[in-house]
Amino acid sequence: MTYDAQVAERLEAEFAEIQARYPQPRSALLPMLHLVQSVDGYVSPDGIELCAMSLGLTPAEVSAVATFYTQFRRTPGGTYNLGVCTTALCAIMGGDAIFERLAQYLGIGDGGTTPDGLFTLERVECNAACDYAPVVMANWEFFDCQTPTSATALVDGLRAGQDVAPTRGPVRLRTFTEVARTLAGFDDGLAGEGPSAGAPSLAGRDVARDQGWQAPAADQRGRKGAR
Amino acid sequence: MSELTPVLTARWGMPDSWRLETYRRDGGYQALAKALTMEPSALVDEIKASGLRGRGGAGFPAGMKWSFLPKPDGGPRYLVVNADESEPGTCKDVPLMMADPHLLVEGIAITAYAIGCDHAFVYLRGEVVHAYRRLMGAVEEAKAAGLLGQDILGSGWGLELTVHAGAGAYICGEETALLESLEGKRGQPRLKPPFPAVAGLYARPTVVNNVETIASVPGIVARGVEWFTAMGTERSKGHGIFSLSGHVTRPGQYEAPFGITLRELLTMAGGIRAGHELKFWTPGGSSTPLFTAEHLDVPLDYEQVAAAGSMLGTRAIQIFDDTTCVVRATARWMEFYAHESCGKCTPCREGTMWLWGTVLAIQEGRGKPEDLDILADIPASIVGKAFCPLGDGAPSALTSSMRYFRSEYEDHIHLGGCPFDPAASILLEEVAL
Repeated sequence: MTYDAQVAERLEAEFAEIQARYPQPRSALLPMLHLVQSVDGYVSPDGIELCAMSLGLTPAEVSAVATFYTQFRRTPGGTYNLGVCTTALCAIMGGDAIFERLAQYLGIGDGGTTPDGLFTLERVECNAACDYAPVVMANWEFFDCQTPTSATALVDGLRAGQDVAPTRGPVRLRTFTEVARTLAGFDDGLAGEGPSAGAPSLAGRDVARDQGWQAPAADQRGRKGAR
Repeated sequence: MSELTPVLTARWGMPDSWRLETYRRDGGYQALAKALTMEPSALVDEIKASGLRGRGGAGFPAGMKWSFLPKPDGGPRYLVVNADESEPGTCKDVPLMMADPHLLVEGIAITAYAIGCDHAFVYLRGEVVHAYRRLMGAVEEAKAAGLLGQDILGSGWGLELTVHAGAGAYICGEETALLESLEGKRGQPRLKPPFPAVAGLYARPTVVNNVETIASVPGIVARGVEWFTAMGTERSKGHGIFSLSGHVTRPGQYEAPFGITLRELLTMAGGIRAGHELKFWTPGGSSTPLFTAEHLDVPLDYEQVAAAGSMLGTRAIQIFDDTTCVVRATARWMEFYAHESCGKCTPCREGTMWLWGTVLAIQEGRGKPEDLDILADIPASIVGKAFCPLGDGAPSALTSSMRYFRSEYEDHIHLGGCPFDPAASILLEEVAL
């Protein structure tokens, strides 16, 4: 293992903190692997070994888990993970065109990382934001209703070191490793930032408001809305 | 004419809608206070009487699921909320958790009390970090206010709630795969029986319910069974979120009674994209057979969608207009299942690869006439033979698209290419810088 003693000690302490959230320690393995990514930028051999030691597993058992899940990187990647949704709906609504443009703009293909280490580009599967299609996920934050131009503008902004705001997320996009730490369950204090919802989430609520529609009152016995 | 009935979506968009203060000002946690004065078994009976069915796709009655737990034996019992929302087209739970996480937390507390659980979990897909922040924030607020933790509202009963982020795997939406994953393993499904009610998380009795199901519980407890059953149809009671996406003027979330039709929803959403006509749609995600314009008036409840040849699923209505190549859409859905198949069973692992490869070849102009026979055969080797529902649902789009649009597959083969212009399907205008 090549972790210096301080890093290893901190990781072990935080592994224990994660394990305390569960009745059985092995349940902590996924968050522990997120935590490894927050230190190394990917699931490193050292991280696998440390997880295995912490849980009394073999490195092979930990690797078997780590390789099952798409969010765990097997090799180092970019500061910003750009995931273009190319499942059917987003792909057709413009996701394919966005991916092609980004691939050309960055000079990398699916899974590739730019030589400056800034961007990893991926095709991702449906990310539960279809009403905002086409969607780009940057470090697992929503960039909704994208076009090829807005996607390359996102790249330009990040390259220039500007603060870039997800559509529904904190006011400043965090790095891959910062977000990995959040996903390990460590509060980053950003829950209060960003909107309650975007416009499509509110589309039905707005129609109901305009029409004066609401759910029946608690004591109503009528058959409102019934068919 | 059906009207919309915002219940779960009522607070979305309010300033600080995710905060405890906002939720409480709107009557939040009163249902929990009421529940804690009731016998747990009476709560289970109430949810049974409401007819609330699981909102994660399968539609199994929630109260019945709760009542399947064996009698308490002194050991732990668990509630696990399935927040792994990943079925293509499904996009209702994530906005709910971002806008109103306390509604889910309150539903969890009531459900946990009803089933005798003192440690509950939310299994959230890891690819939505802001939803995770909002949920963790809600749990911390609820703990600080004595709504989670020990001796909740002075009842003597306590609940711990752990919010767990997954790491990317569609299969973890299947309840036994989710439990495996929550135990720190590869997310591969388990053989059933035993069902989770008997041997779930850590082989203990466990209830697994979808986010929207659990979020519906506080409303039923606070406003009553009759209130809930006044909405919906005979066997599909209550309100549900209908998610419209794709070639529609105003895509988004529309909460309505079960039984609303797509024609009605489209009226509310401004219709199909201007200048175009509806070609095909999924009633409940990509695992449910496609519908066409002839199904616009099918009441969207479990029974009537099934009678019309599909499944209500998660009410994930993906809408495609006349510019869309159905072979292209299907090829991409088949790629999804091939990518997401967990590899445990051969029919799904191999079958989804064949489906993808064969449809893709046709779409790219490399198809041969006999490929259509292969495509007609493969589904029978997967459906009913796969280990879990992922395989059963994988060929749905293919089988139904060949039923309604077989000539389009034949055209691709005869032309040696795709007759559609993908640029014509793109939704958003490119804005020049």
